[in-house]
Amino acid sequence: MKDFSNKYIMVFSVVMVVSVAILLSLTAMLLQPSQERNVEVEKKMNILSSINVTSTKADAVQLYDKYIKESYVVNTEGKHIDGVNAFTVSLRAEQKKPLADQYLPVFIAVADKGDTLHILPLEGKGLWGPIWGYVSLEEDMVTIDGVTFDHKGETPGLGAEINTTEFESQFPGKNLYRDGKFVGVKVMKGNADPQSRFEVDGISGGTITSKGLEAMVYNGLLKYEKYLSQNRK
Amino acid sequence: MENVEKEPLWTAKNKKLLTNPLGMDNPITVQVLGICSALAVTVKMKPAIVMAISVTVVVALSNLIIALMRKSIPGRIRIIVQLVVIATLVIIVDQFLKAFAFDVSKQLSVFVGLIITNCIIMGRLEAFAMANKPWPSFLDGIGNGAGYGLILIIVSFFREFLGSGSIMGYPVMEKLGLYNFGYEDNGFMILPPMALITVGLMIWFQRSRNKSLIETK
Repeated sequence: MKDFSNKYIMVFSVVMVVSVAILLSLTAMLLQPSQERNVEVEKKMNILSSINVTSTKADAVQLYDKYIKESYVVNTEGKHIDGVNAFTVSLRAEQKKPLADQYLPVFIAVADKGDTLHILPLEGKGLWGPIWGYVSLEEDMVTIDGVTFDHKGETPGLGAEINTTEFESQFPGKNLYRDGKFVGVKVMKGNADPQSRFEVDGISGGTITSKGLEAMVYNGLLKYEKYLSQNRK
Repeated sequence: MENVEKEPLWTAKNKKLLTNPLGMDNPITVQVLGICSALAVTVKMKPAIVMAISVTVVVALSNLIIALMRKSIPGRIRIIVQLVVIATLVIIVDQFLKAFAFDVSKQLSVFVGLIITNCIIMGRLEAFAMANKPWPSFLDGIGNGAGYGLILIIVSFFREFLGSGSIMGYPVMEKLGLYNFGYEDNGFMILPPMALITVGLMIWFQRSRNKSLIETK
């Protein structure tokens, strides 16, 4: 191998780093619009899937406009906050604020049967990173109508299974309240009683993700408790 | 001076660059490199296949780029240069997946970024691309990516089939009705150690077939 002077090495490194930086920023800038659109469409698909409406990338935006009638932000006291777009609220950022200042988005959907569903977003921690999801509640504000979960980087085949239909389909019909007390949904390590209205089966090999999900459902919905009790029919 | 005489593209030597890593010189079963990602993404076949393709693209292109630059890379900072090239390619692959194959990129999540740390890639750059012309280096990259991918796909086939009872997400065991006879999926296959044991069994099988791979004492 040839011997290179120190000056050559310095110039070589600078040129390399600058050209790589330019290349990467160009790629990021050019691809950003389609990446952001993917994220928006995915969020709409997630919200729709929590009310058991299956959508594709092509019709998600259209179906979202059809089913979601209204969206607003409330606080932990259940009071409406004006002037905030619920769709763009990032729960991850909200969780860093003091509890009383947090914006809690609510999406109102009208199902095909004509009943009004409340969709509430959730955000929590899995094993490797954030997990999130949406829960839709029936008009009684107690029974789960549907859920959808997703994750940033859980292990494929293990914790990542929380976003599969097999796991999510256990949730509809579960009760958030037991004897008038808010309990969330228990995620069991195997042998959940399918008749029970309070527990579901966790993911084998994904215990920490399952527990994180249980905590996310409990803590996330607990913040809405006042809103839920005020709107109960 | 460099030999300016034109070499044909497909010499026997070049073909060997493609086929050797599939068997005799496999990066996983013979060189025992890239084991970490072989554990992580082989629970299901689909992520394993996408991972195999992504690694092949990255190792082939980085081999090509390094081989093109090999005469101007200062030896003292060559590892840094190699890392920069790999990292750049991985980030570009990741960005493209996010823009055009969003679902797949979500499935693979962190493992795309972790391609950077896959020692097969740096191993090939250091051992081959730094000393060879671009075209053979490119072939060597494709061959090694394919050799890696082959093992990944075989391991994920067994892990998904025995662990989840499905192939490519299709529930084979359920369709066969085996659950009615008391068959149960082996939950062990889902756990990472079983990937090591599967790879170990493959190494055993390969060595029993090919005695030349066994080290002489």
